[in-house]
Amino acid sequence: MAQAAVAGEHATNTGISNWKVGFWTFLASECLFFGTLISTYMVYKGTALVGPYPEEIFSVITTTVSTTVLLFSSLAMVLALDQVQKANKKAAIGWLFAVIAMGGIFLVMEFQSYLKYIDYGLTLTSSTFGSSYYVLTGTHKVHVLFGMIWMGILAWRLHKDRIPPAKSEQVEIAGLYWHFVDIIWIVIFTLVYLIP
Amino acid sequence: MSSDVQANEAHGEGEAHGSVAMYIWIGVILAVLTFVEVAVFYIEALDHIEVPILVVLSTAKVILVIMYFMHLKMEHRALTWIFMTGVVLFVFLVTALVILYQVLPGIQLF
Amino acid sequence: MSSVATAGEKTAGHTLGHEGEDTGLWSWITTVDHKRIAIMYFVTATVFFFIGGIKAMIIRVQLWNPEQSLISPELYNQLFTMHGTTMIFLVAMPMAVAFFNYLVPLQIGARDVAFPRLNALSYWIFLFGGIYLTSSFLFQAAPHAAWTGYATLTSAQYSPGFNTDFWFIGLSILGIASIAGGVNFITTIVNMRAPGMKMMRMPLFTWMTFVTSFLLITAIPIISVALIFLGFDRLFGAVFFDPSMGGDPVLWQHLFWLFGHPEVYILILPAFGVISDVIPTFSRKPLFGYPIVVYAGILIGFIGWGVWSHHMFTVGLGPIADSFFVAATMIIAIPTGVKIFNWIATMWGGSVRFTTAMLFSVGLLAVFTVGGLSGIMHASAPVNLQQHDTYFVVAHFHYVIVGGAMMGLWAGLYYWFPKVSGRFLNETLGKWHFWTTMVGFNLTFFPMHFSGLFGMPRRIYTYSADLNVDIYNQLATIGAFIFAISAVIMVWNIVKSWRSGERAGPNPWDAPHLEWSIPSPPHHYNFPELPTVQSREPLWNDGERESIQAVTMKEVETEPVMPNPSFWPIVLAFSITLSWALVMTGIWWVIALGIIPVFVSTLMWALEPAFPEGSGH
Repeated sequence: MAQAAVAGEHATNTGISNWKVGFWTFLASECLFFGTLISTYMVYKGTALVGPYPEEIFSVITTTVSTTVLLFSSLAMVLALDQVQKANKKAAIGWLFAVIAMGGIFLVMEFQSYLKYIDYGLTLTSSTFGSSYYVLTGTHKVHVLFGMIWMGILAWRLHKDRIPPAKSEQVEIAGLYWHFVDIIWIVIFTLVYLIP
Repeated sequence: MSSDVQANEAHGEGEAHGSVAMYIWIGVILAVLTFVEVAVFYIEALDHIEVPILVVLSTAKVILVIMYFMHLKMEHRALTWIFMTGVVLFVFLVTALVILYQVLPGIQLF
Repeated sequence: MSSVATAGEKTAGHTLGHEGEDTGLWSWITTVDHKRIAIMYFVTATVFFFIGGIKAMIIRVQLWNPEQSLISPELYNQLFTMHGTTMIFLVAMPMAVAFFNYLVPLQIGARDVAFPRLNALSYWIFLFGGIYLTSSFLFQAAPHAAWTGYATLTSAQYSPGFNTDFWFIGLSILGIASIAGGVNFITTIVNMRAPGMKMMRMPLFTWMTFVTSFLLITAIPIISVALIFLGFDRLFGAVFFDPSMGGDPVLWQHLFWLFGHPEVYILILPAFGVISDVIPTFSRKPLFGYPIVVYAGILIGFIGWGVWSHHMFTVGLGPIADSFFVAATMIIAIPTGVKIFNWIATMWGGSVRFTTAMLFSVGLLAVFTVGGLSGIMHASAPVNLQQHDTYFVVAHFHYVIVGGAMMGLWAGLYYWFPKVSGRFLNETLGKWHFWTTMVGFNLTFFPMHFSGLFGMPRRIYTYSADLNVDIYNQLATIGAFIFAISAVIMVWNIVKSWRSGERAGPNPWDAPHLEWSIPSPPHHYNFPELPTVQSREPLWNDGERESIQAVTMKEVETEPVMPNPSFWPIVLAFSITLSWALVMTGIWWVIALGIIPVFVSTLMWALEPAFPEGSGH
């Protein structure tokens, strides 16, 4: 496949494709990207001069529901990959749609929370809490949205028979991305919503 | 990181990384851990040890996702080294800034 | 995958090899060949070197006498800001990347980097980002808040206008190129080494590229996020760095230096890599303590993360934090010192040849050590309080960045030029280049230690006659002009030698590494067949050399299949730059529209086959 090593005569040193090594490297980089966003939120905890304050507006129950939805979308993602590898095209597409749907539910729930918080008076400009919260979670949402578009393209390619089991790595790498976005949310859920 | 060609045993074309049942189990465990976290959040008796419990539980969730959903357990360890560089620095970054901002200002030396 | 046999289908414009290579403009725009990209990086960085240098010259003329006002304070602010920004992001880093690009595949025995098109993308983003940043002068809105861009100097309130917008958007664009480059080189080194090229057999330059790449992918995201915060503050009224709303300007300093200090090692480690290859070659001895030099490099990379607050002693972080950072900063001098002793021990008892490359390497040892020592001086917090923001600091970091990073890269220029061009750089001109550099550089920056200790603050457009530092400033200005002459000599030497330099064979220096086993200049496919490596100095072992050269010097009937040229990298790079530039409008739907060309060109890129059809890839 196209992403095989340029030095075509021998396999890669690790036996893993360049794409996979490169993508894990990119994820290592993303760790620091979100690390900076998360630490900024942590640093600004309790520094907001005006309300609303986190404990007044966060609904842990709602967030738990959206978090669980995102967790299960990761499950759907591994099942999609499994089906691609077993050449069950229809099932694979089905699971990819489940991923997209759960990602969509997550986004809708989170945007509803946004609207609620804005109602309470928490905006990007209202306090350090507002700025760091919206930029952190907003960046995460952009990642989720990008992942959903990616899954959509994969579903389309599966439908057109462009991803035989031999090329399942295309789905695997998209999966790595999706799981990573999920991991980041696991961390955000604990650090932002649960730890006082 | 070892050199030379090493076929990755767990990685073959069309070959599954794990069984469907295992994936579902992991998913269930993740959900359960999440509910435990939320329970810890609500149980007032645990307030004084809440932070360490939550950190341990969410770390466990992260490790489960990385090892099983992302198959890092079955991959060449070069990938672990690369990704761990990012994770270690992530932990370092968050810890260092939290210490500088939340811990040190509370300590009076002189 | 056997690809050699199927090379027949290569497309037109694909042959970039030795004879009859396609040298038209289009072939350069669409190239994905790491060697051509390297040359473009080098040339572009050299152009920016002159642009940044001219700014420094104007600064030096302005500081010739106390209380002069040849230029306005506002213009002075723009000049020193853009001098720093240009020299670091558009000269030192890309100049090092030029060497990464040319050498890493050759040194590990690969035909190209892991992601050739991504590599081209990195270059074009660097070029467009650099042009974008520099174009700010045309609008008389060049960045003016220093290369560190401390909050609140950069806030919408204190920096209205586009100056700071150019800065934060320009650096964001350049960051994308750096991260892509880091990913590319890590993957290349992890995955694409020739048979037998174990990690611990790699030349030191490749090792340092590897460490630097990790620093790139981990440090750049931090500044990217800090710049995003700044952008939200400026354009959308967020309050990250607004003290009146509880924001903390010191957080900017933390984030900036969390990036900025690893950045220092991003600049210096490639130079360390270069001289770790040059010194053994011209001493005819293997590098003394190879594993120690490798581990010291890795250690520097790691400890480099724990020292950032030594840039912030004057902030008042308290005794505990200050003590920690003092200790960490002094500790990092240890692996650096270890390396210096290793290089000296390599020369010890060797048959040393003082070519220009060797002169620059030894010059680095001397000059960098001076910078290292002044670094240890202000690693101590109480001393630092006296030296902070004075010319002493200016002297220090020019000693490590010019005397370290740039001298190392110039050593590399003289060392590898024969490989790139097939001709030697002129040694007489080279010696002129070296000695004018040494004299000019030291004359410029050594007096700054004194003017700094006497209290002359940096970043101020003039100084009081009462300070009595005129003489140091005049020496510095004279030195700067000598230094400028050295740069002209260098370019003259390159141009002259490229056309009519003395011819060089495949291994003119009798060097030990793999890149010297192939013709100079190399074929576009580098290696006709991949050699098998058995040791750290393969070309110094007779049997191994013969077996390698039997493969690498072979004439092939059918060339190996190489990736297709592509013009999507330049299109995508342009789209990315454009989409970021649109952020300046501050209108959310214009910014959203800017994503469309990025999306379209990414899609076109993904749909285009990377390799010729039917090549087995």
